Amino acid sequence: MDQHTLKELEDTCIQECAPPCSAGCPVHVDVRSLNALIAEGDFSAALKCLLKKIPFPGIIGRICDQSCRSACNRSASGGALSIAALERACADFGDNRMKAGHRPRRNKKVSVIGSGLSGLTTAVDLAKKGYEVTLFEKNTVLGGKLRAFTPEVLPPDIIDRELSILSELNITVRLNEKVTARSGLKSLLGSCDAVYIGTGTGSESDFPNLLTGNMHPAEEICTYMTSTPGIFAGGSLLYGYRPYPPIHSVADGRHAATSLDRYLQGASLTASRSQEGVYTSRLYTNLEQVAPCTLVTVDDPAAGYSREEALQEAQHCLQCQCLECVKVCSYLKQHGSYPKKYVREIYNNLSIVMGARKSNKLINSCSLCGLCAEVCPNRLNMEEVCSTARRTMVDQNRMPPSAHDFPLQDMHFSNGAQCELSRHAPGTNKSDYIFFPGCQLSASAPEHVEKTYALLRTTFSENTGLMLRCCGAPADWAGRDDLLSNARDDFNRRYSELGRPPLIVACPSCQRMLSSHFPDVKTISLWEVLASDSIQLAQKKSASSTVALHDSCATRHDSALHENVRSIVTDLGYTVQELPLNREKTECCGYGGLMWFVDPGLSTTVIDNRIKQAPEEYVTYCSVCRDFFASRGKRALHMLDLLFEEDRDSRASRRAPGSSLRQKNRRQLKTRLLINLWGENAADPKSTINIRLSITPETQEILDQRYILDQDIRDVIEYAEKTGRKFTNPDTGRFLAYRKLKRITCWVEYACRNAEYVIYNAYSHRMEIVEENHDQQE
Amino acid sequence: MTNKNDSGWMCHNCRRPLQTAKVDIAYLGSAFPVELFQCTTCGLVLIPEELATGRMAEAEKILEDK
Ligand code: SF4
Ligand code: SF4
Ligand code: SF4
Repeated sequence: MDQHTLKELEDTCIQECAPPCSAGCPVHVDVRSLNALIAEGDFSAALKCLLKKIPFPGIIGRICDQSCRSACNRSASGGALSIAALERACADFGDNRMKAGHRPRRNKKVSVIGSGLSGLTTAVDLAKKGYEVTLFEKNTVLGGKLRAFTPEVLPPDIIDRELSILSELNITVRLNEKVTARSGLKSLLGSCDAVYIGTGTGSESDFPNLLTGNMHPAEEICTYMTSTPGIFAGGSLLYGYRPYPPIHSVADGRHAATSLDRYLQGASLTASRSQEGVYTSRLYTNLEQVAPCTLVTVDDPAAGYSREEALQEAQHCLQCQCLECVKVCSYLKQHGSYPKKYVREIYNNLSIVMGARKSNKLINSCSLCGLCAEVCPNRLNMEEVCSTARRTMVDQNRMPPSAHDFPLQDMHFSNGAQCELSRHAPGTNKSDYIFFPGCQLSASAPEHVEKTYALLRTTFSENTGLMLRCCGAPADWAGRDDLLSNARDDFNRRYSELGRPPLIVACPSCQRMLSSHFPDVKTISLWEVLASDSIQLAQKKSASSTVALHDSCATRHDSALHENVRSIVTDLGYTVQELPLNREKTECCGYGGLMWFVDPGLSTTVIDNRIKQAPEEYVTYCSVCRDFFASRGKRALHMLDLLFEEDRDSRASRRAPGSSLRQKNRRQLKTRLLINLWGENAADPKSTINIRLSITPETQEILDQRYILDQDIRDVIEYAEKTGRKFTNPDTGRFLAYRKLKRITCWVEYACRNAEYVIYNAYSHRMEIVEENHDQQE
Repeated sequence: MTNKNDSGWMCHNCRRPLQTAKVDIAYLGSAFPVELFQCTTCGLVLIPEELATGRMAEAEKILEDK
């Protein structure tokens, strides 16, 4: 990921964009935070938040015409919030003792002409920045047009109270002084460093030939600087006699103050100012589930909201934000943030030269399911981000060796001599099709591979060959292009020997893998074949129950497949209950992307969340999805269970086989098929597979959790028994031995009883014992 | 870890009780001396389960993320 891609990705996630109300406010009041604080009853904190954007909340809260409201997302479900009234409530009920705080000293003087809202704002902003400010007002009181409001709307004592901030900021006030171009501007400029003119409607003629320059707020970037450098102007002065909303005067004063400050510091007046003023936010907020509400009306405008009323009104704020992806993805949720932050973390993680890579797990635990892209308004796809990041880590030699080792070894096993098989149908020397069940179906329900293969040959095409192997998905998920390409070469060699006919694929992940990473391989889904008229489902049952259908995330973009499985399930007599997220928006079961291995706890959360979405039995067409759901106690069936199993009831509660059993199932499937279909016996009597183990289910569970395989245990025992290098406990008669295997150093506690080995415990580590004399490398 | 071996294990080949010794364990190019039980005769080293699944596993993770 380079800087540019990072920026693009960060820009794609709009979660941090302002809520529409703030974008609709000329000075970008953080209305959302304001409401959150009021809703908690913390008016003082709310006032503090408001003061960051508005110097005189008691005034604005009474007279603002609220351009924010037209953007409020509440409009469609009760109405836009009364934002100004809420702001006023902050001023009324919040404690506004300004902390004097440390202000920088700038040693520069600024003159502000006119004490209407724009001049006042400029004066306050610049005084806060440390400038020495003198404010000139031609009348006897401060406030300019503010004094024109009726006392019911804006009582004079409120104005006076709010303007007390001027003396707190040591702003020098000069009343009864009219400054015009002729009489004073020049001499003024001689005695100070910059001038702001905010003299209001009708005073244009006081400054002949001056008010030209880059100073109209409608311009793309307005700096408010007049044609004379150092002299700035803003507020209703620029608008002639048209009505000018007060908050726009505040905004002009604020933005002009920014310009003056930049001017006095010699900085660019125009850089990074494109988002000043009113704009339309890109923030997306899903409003589908928003229930209508009744807003709190302001009964007496002079009195405003009571504390309680303000609190209630603020609670109607939707706290607009996006988080569409986070709402549907436990992985995104678990890491506590959202993609804009995650892409930065991932980028940083990939760029670290020295130090801990804290985000390795973030990169490695995404299930690469692609759901985020489906729900994101901008289709940001964390699958691509994480998948690319994994490849970068592998390239940088920074992928933790343990990150994906077990699944990769498992893949190696499935494609090794013990499991892999590729044949034309028995008695034929040509294949029109090849059945490709995939390593996980062979691991979970090997007998269904045999039955399906038989079904295909009898009812679909007798020239259907068979390939037992892994498609390479684990290598893809682990970012191991090297291993993927090995697996592909190996596959292609055997596939070519069979004449490269179309593959009939049972597993959705295999199908996705084969069609995206294996050019020139034609695949047909097993479910398409079974749904077609050419196959009469031999055992059509007249079931009458309702089942909930789970689409595998690998099928996300295969809507034809979604139809096919539904038609098969319906043909078999079931009623399909759709899950809330299905088809192109379906969820991963926790297996994808190797999440299950990298973060088993997260994978469990994912499963638990999915299985509670419907009370019915789940039907899947991926054996892993089925096993994962079953592993957490959900009654779940694979579609082949519907087809082949009489005792559906016990089938639905069947325990998911553990890692060792899965490997054994694959191995035995090959052996059985060779004997039964091709009349060959390939078993090797000398293999260590013949070491007999006795393991209780409880111990087996621990071994499965630790990814210690029967074969690992056999390797340790074989070595220990051959060399005698083991510990012994004379009291119990048990042994403890270890051996350094390819992946791990494995320890086994065992005893020898009646020609079999009773296993009590096993554990492993990756660190190596540095031994001088004994080379144990397998 | 105490240096008294109360786990009951002894070396099968040497029939000797175990004693603690400093043993190097290494991972990803870093090596650390660790106090472990060992056969004083043939040097066979014992790594107990708690160490393997506890501190060693943590150290492995830290080294892998470095
Ligand atoms: S609901 Fe709240 S955050 Fe959303 S636009 Fe309205 S005031 Fe702003
Ligand atoms: S790809 Fe799936 S698991 Fe990964 S972030 Fe997106 S939705 Fe979540
Ligand atoms: S869906 Fe997620 S990634 Fe997309 S904009 Fe919203 S928060 Fe950002």
